[in-house]
Amino acid sequence: MKLKYDVVVVGAGPAGSLTARHAAEGGATVLMIEKKPEIGAPLRCAEGVSKEGLKKVGIKADRSWISADVSGARIVSPGGKVLQIDEKQAGNEVGVVLERHRFDKAMAADAARAGAEIMLRTSAVDVIKKKGKVTGIKARSYGEPLTVEAGCVVCADGFESQVARWAGIDTSLKAGDITTCFQYRMVDIKHDPEFCEFIIGSMAPGGYVWIFPKGDDTANVGIGVLLSKLKKPGEVKTYLDKFIAKDDRLKCGQPVEAIAGGVSVCAPLDKCIGDGFLLVGDAARVIDPITGGGIVNGMITGMHAGKVLAKCVESNDFSEAALQDYETLWRDDLENKLWRNWMAKEKFLTLPDKTLDSVIDTLNEVGVERVTVYNLLKAIRDRHPDLVKEFEEFL
Amino acid sequence: MIVNVEKCMHCGACVGSCPQNAIYLNDVVLEFTDDCNCCGRCVRACPVGALKLEVKK
Repeated sequence: MKLKYDVVVVGAGPAGSLTARHAAEGGATVLMIEKKPEIGAPLRCAEGVSKEGLKKVGIKADRSWISADVSGARIVSPGGKVLQIDEKQAGNEVGVVLERHRFDKAMAADAARAGAEIMLRTSAVDVIKKKGKVTGIKARSYGEPLTVEAGCVVCADGFESQVARWAGIDTSLKAGDITTCFQYRMVDIKHDPEFCEFIIGSMAPGGYVWIFPKGDDTANVGIGVLLSKLKKPGEVKTYLDKFIAKDDRLKCGQPVEAIAGGVSVCAPLDKCIGDGFLLVGDAARVIDPITGGGIVNGMITGMHAGKVLAKCVESNDFSEAALQDYETLWRDDLENKLWRNWMAKEKFLTLPDKTLDSVIDTLNEVGVERVTVYNLLKAIRDRHPDLVKEFEEFL
Repeated sequence: MIVNVEKCMHCGACVGSCPQNAIYLNDVVLEFTDDCNCCGRCVRACPVGALKLEVKK
């Protein structure tokens, strides 16, 4: 079968759906394909997101896809020091805990209502190129071959990020920029349902353990470990099982869902556009390297991409030059923060458990509401001279 | 590369970690293309230890 659209979006996650929606709203003919038989399933996510972040991309919070409201985040150091941050200061990943099964479908539904068409169980197998320009994709839909010609191919295929690599942008990652994750949905546990918890230290090398509430006795309990810190196959699950076995709040509970996945924690890519294609979301490697959160960042790229594509349709120009606006817009929003957090991640990797305790102490001394880079560095110099060496390059 | 289908959760962690873009996950079937150079990164990247590198003698 052969089809023709202005825009074909590969992957129906939040980034793909926002691209599809905004492009369709602007008048583009859009096809969004999803390789799974169900959008939003299986889950690949800890589901934390800030209300502020949702607002930024014009999404109104809806009870149907929110499974818990939280009042803030707690960061727990290896020695048990706790830094409590209320919702407004916690950044992009706290505020509400989503029900991604429903949320992703709601985002896709908005795209459909704007006029985008959706094909499930349809996976891209290659891109079509003519004279160096991407002109469409080859796919398989319910097992049958499918060719889609398009002005622009949107690579929204998530962490796997294969379509971009076929198109000609190298999105491959270094081992130090990949976090491998495992998560249980646990029930009958005794966590604090008001707070998203991040537990850092050597029990999750280069990453952290998270407890994101999904209700009074239910939470997503997961772990991310940096690939470069892993030695044996299957070690990530072992790390999490060990943590749960030692935690009094968790060891009484039982899992009702187990999921796994990869997360990029890299510096921004040099380029996210080319002739006839662009990258959004996890595929564009825009996940926050510190938190590993990617929902809001992904939707920001999707929103910009869709709006720019709608303009490209008017002039029927999907060249790299025409897509440059997209590159500029998403970088204005995210690039500096992604670089800064990637550098901070590289720094944190080197800190032993004891230093992490001191860092949490320092943050508490400064007072979270007064944390600015300046205040933090001043406190380090005044009260923890032992830390000065660690943060020299930032001073 | 050997995939233990009883362990594999089809999560795609191996696909995104592969420097060669040599792994293809068609929803439930994991395939390795000829571009695989047996670097073994996917073996460590797999959260559940479903991959095994077997060297041909």
